[in-house]
Amino acid sequence: MLDLHNLRKAFGDHVAVADLSFSLKQGEVLGFLGQNGAGKSTTMRMVSGVLEPDAGDALIHGQSIISNRRMAQSQIGYLPEGAPLYRDMTPVTFLRFIADAHGLSRPDRKQAVERVIADARIASVAGKPIAALSKGYRRRVGLAAALIHDPPVLLLDEPTDGLDPVQKRAVRALVARMAPEKAIVISTHTLDEVPAMCSRVIVIDQGRKVADETPENLANSKPGGLEEAFISLAESREAETC
Amino acid sequence: MLDLEWRGTLTGIKAAWRREISAYFATPLAYVFVAIFLLVLGVFTWDLSRFFDTGAADLGPFFYWHPWLFMMFMPALAMRLWAEETSHGTSELLLSLPVNLTGLVIGKLLAAWTVAALALALTFPWWISVNILGSADNAAIALTYAMSLIMAGAYLAIGAAVSALTRSAVLAFVSGVLVAFILTAAGWPLVSGAVADMFGAAAGDAIAQFSFLTHFETAQRGVLELRGLLFFFGFIALCIALNTLFVSHRRGGAQ
Ligand SMILES: Nc1ncnc2c1ncn2[C@@H]1O[C@H](COP(=O)(O)OP(=O)(O)O)[C@@H](O)[C@H]1O
Ligand SMILES: [Mg+2]
Repeated sequence: MLDLHNLRKAFGDHVAVADLSFSLKQGEVLGFLGQNGAGKSTTMRMVSGVLEPDAGDALIHGQSIISNRRMAQSQIGYLPEGAPLYRDMTPVTFLRFIADAHGLSRPDRKQAVERVIADARIASVAGKPIAALSKGYRRRVGLAAALIHDPPVLLLDEPTDGLDPVQKRAVRALVARMAPEKAIVISTHTLDEVPAMCSRVIVIDQGRKVADETPENLANSKPGGLEEAFISLAESREAETC
Repeated sequence: MLDLEWRGTLTGIKAAWRREISAYFATPLAYVFVAIFLLVLGVFTWDLSRFFDTGAADLGPFFYWHPWLFMMFMPALAMRLWAEETSHGTSELLLSLPVNLTGLVIGKLLAAWTVAALALALTFPWWISVNILGSADNAAIALTYAMSLIMAGAYLAIGAAVSALTRSAVLAFVSGVLVAFILTAAGWPLVSGAVADMFGAAAGDAIAQFSFLTHFETAQRGVLELRGLLFFFGFIALCIALNTLFVSHRRGGAQ
């Protein structure tokens, strides 16, 4: 469903993502891990067509994000970091806008908006201005927007960042419900989400892939479990580069 | 394939237009804009041009102010179009949608243009009053109105393109007014005359040909010139192309 081939992006001299490759199948939920600044968001922005890679390509459902950008983009649901939304709109008008941009017809649009409002559990706030919503609800509106065209691939950039435990659980439940039909990438710099949500983990550091494991294997690789493994992966590369 | 491209553009235009119209009217922005525009235009026409003292059934004193007011008002209307996308991070969302960028640029411009058209339409009492004063040349007035609307689009296109260069709406406004001022004042006799004195009459003429003022004045005399239409629509097309370029430049990583 999702194939990354040697994706690369540099900002000036600073290489943010270096020759990153991986493939994801339907039903897989990938925890995309790395410290702040590791290159997670840059990768997601390239795959979603927001940012042009310097080299490499990403195939979404077989469509190249470079040579066939719009077709590829119609196969992706993307939740950008911080879930930016139009604050002057309500969830309903916002979701209609996203549906319009996906070229949905009026009846399809109505159905899709109703479906994602139910899926993301935002019916109670659907008519309120987004500016007045709590962080948790805004994140869910962002999620609803990513789901409106029922895409086979989902890219969620820090979907639970800044949410309280109850809200985190709601997001986890939503991901679990969707997982069987989709390929999902969830980026995070905190580890507590990983065992609960992900079937696979890729750790990147300074733009390079340093691990590609199941959460269990990664946790078992160090006596301290997942956290120890993650920290040692990050630190080993720091030692190399110093 | 061409058909697909065209449909992608149309989808972008419609989606962006609806979104921006809802933004203009969800906030007081459109109402405040229209109200202040009508007020200022009214004061200028009434007071500065002594509209009723002349006693003529002529909207000349009213249309006279359009380029000068548009120069300030249109960048104010357009300033948020792209700068706000950047400052609120929503450009991230916009660029991830499967639409044609030019479609989004056109849709946003059309939304601002719609608000401008509304403001212009609400000046109808002036038109009625000249018809009460005497026998007005309504064909010439209709032509000038149409040209004024087209000119408003050109001023908006400047404001929109400039707003894609910055994350600050205020900066977009100030630079938009600056560019608009240059393109207006170039046809002002004070400026084109000075250029003619310095570099010869041909230079003064050439400068004036790039001015909105020059082409609008032709229409005010009741003359429909193809050259004027080509100028404004060509200018708008150029701004749309630049605007698209400025936005797509962000795909390369510029913030
Ligand atoms: N537009 C940009 N211009 C310059 N540097 C950037 C830009 N975006 C990201 N970076 C840099 O690239 C690196 C990776 O950033 P990012 O992908 O946001 O990391 P993460 O999401 O893993 O925290 C960081 O060092 C960041 O400062
Ligand atoms: Mg990030």
